[in-house]
Amino acid sequence: MLEEIQLLMRLVPLLSKALGETIYMVAVSMAIASIIGVPLGVLLHTTDKGQILESLPLNQTIGSIVNAIRSIPFIILMVAIIPLTRFLVGSAIGTTAAIVPLVIASIPFIGRQVETSLKEVPAGLIEAALSMGATPSQIITRVLLPEAMPSIVSQLTTVIIALVGESAMAGAIGGGGLGDLAIRYGYQRFRPEVMLATVVVLIILVQAVQFAGNTLAKKLKKW
Amino acid sequence: MIKLSHIEKIYDVPSGKVHALKGIDLEIERGEIYGIIGLSGAGKSTLVRCINMLERPTSGAVIVDGRDMTKLSTNELRAARKNIGMIFQHFNLLSSATVYENIAFPLTLSGTPKNEIEKKVLPLLELVGLKDKAKQYPAQLSGGQKQRVGIARALASDPKILLCDEATSALDPQTTKSILALIKDINKKFALTVVVITHEMQVIKEICDKVAVISDGVIAERGSVLEVFTNPQHKITKEFISVLLSNELPAAFRGNEISQEKTPGSLLLLRLIFLGDRADDPVLAEMIRTCKGVECTMLFGNLDEIHGVPFGRFIIGLSGEEDAIQNALNFLGGKDVRVEVIGYVRRNSVADEISSAVE
Repeated sequence: MLEEIQLLMRLVPLLSKALGETIYMVAVSMAIASIIGVPLGVLLHTTDKGQILESLPLNQTIGSIVNAIRSIPFIILMVAIIPLTRFLVGSAIGTTAAIVPLVIASIPFIGRQVETSLKEVPAGLIEAALSMGATPSQIITRVLLPEAMPSIVSQLTTVIIALVGESAMAGAIGGGGLGDLAIRYGYQRFRPEVMLATVVVLIILVQAVQFAGNTLAKKLKKW
Repeated sequence: MIKLSHIEKIYDVPSGKVHALKGIDLEIERGEIYGIIGLSGAGKSTLVRCINMLERPTSGAVIVDGRDMTKLSTNELRAARKNIGMIFQHFNLLSSATVYENIAFPLTLSGTPKNEIEKKVLPLLELVGLKDKAKQYPAQLSGGQKQRVGIARALASDPKILLCDEATSALDPQTTKSILALIKDINKKFALTVVVITHEMQVIKEICDKVAVISDGVIAERGSVLEVFTNPQHKITKEFISVLLSNELPAAFRGNEISQEKTPGSLLLLRLIFLGDRADDPVLAEMIRTCKGVECTMLFGNLDEIHGVPFGRFIIGLSGEEDAIQNALNFLGGKDVRVEVIGYVRRNSVADEISSAVE
């Protein structure tokens, strides 16, 4: 018993470092991907048929690119864009390097999730805003986004959780983080207790993210 | 104020073309409440959206306050729309904004300073009777309260025209009455021109000055509400009115064959419509006094009011000798009453049994 506790104690610094790396990768990737992904979602929705900036050629072009990126499995995308990663961060290995494929994989995902949220905003609200002489940008910033915000928050929570999973794969190119820890110690060095501890930490992390997302969405929802 | 000429609207749908409006001409005077009634799919919602260009007509001119809306640039159109308030069947309020913020919305769109917005919104809250609800969200309000917010929001930019698209169709009859009273009130207070789209004749009767009946993309009938109500021409108008004004025969006659030939024991049914000051003239009493040999049975009677004008409708049954009845018809023809001969009808045998049992 005592031995096991000592073993766990020795794991703590290892786990906390890996957790820190995972949070770093997820948070930075999420922030950058949202900055591009949310406007992408707005564009996907507003250029669709019958929407305020209707432009089907543009909508279909963007839609195809989004679909193409989303159909590449993350592990392949990660390797395929190594030259880009090297160009952007100077190295293809390490926690920061892992952020590049994570961002690229998340942008189209966020775009689609935001598009789905915006679709839920009743068309009547857009019509009402148009009848008051609102411009398209006013409709986006004052009607679409505020009305869809609770739903967008829920959808982005899903993206964050997907990122936690993908960041674990990023360990494959020496990205560090919890996934890397589980593979190297748990799998390659035959230490199942490390694997188990990692999984437990991941479960707690995902639960915490989901809880925070739900709480925020609920707070934003006025109906 | 509003002049629509030769409005056509054709939608392209996968299965071909849908001709929603087929050459509509309509003129609406300043300060008037103009009702447009039609069944769903008749084109009335498309028509009202042509006024503020939410729907662009395929051809035709939309003159609002002297300007052709179809010829305005995007920016001019946005500015022109601020002169046209609109309220909706499903209210279309921002659920993420409070009542106050919803009413202030059109003002924030045009960049009005905060203190001016407050000066505008507070009186509007008072006008629609929602002063104590300013900080609540639409989800906390009843349907009627939501529509009041919609009305206040539509008025915030001082429009000259208010478009009401089925504004009371989602409300219960009691709430409908109070919302209609509010619309009538603001029509008077702000000399607002109001266009009311509805499928309920009650709404037309309650507040409109004029009405156009739209059916299958054309205006089937139009005129003052009083005219259309008392003397409907088109089949669809009659149907709309019959919902409101029961024209059914009393139960004792229902289901019996109406013939144009007199048979023994049958009554000649007449529908009488009295209008205006005549509605309370003792025409029937006079008829019974002057036309000897005619028995008169009152079968249905209703005294209503449209726009303050009394409006009486009766169904009577006449019995007696052929020439006595003719005499009575001649008498009524000379009076200020509209007479419609329904025909001869026998009482139900059931009714006979009941009446003989009572005897």
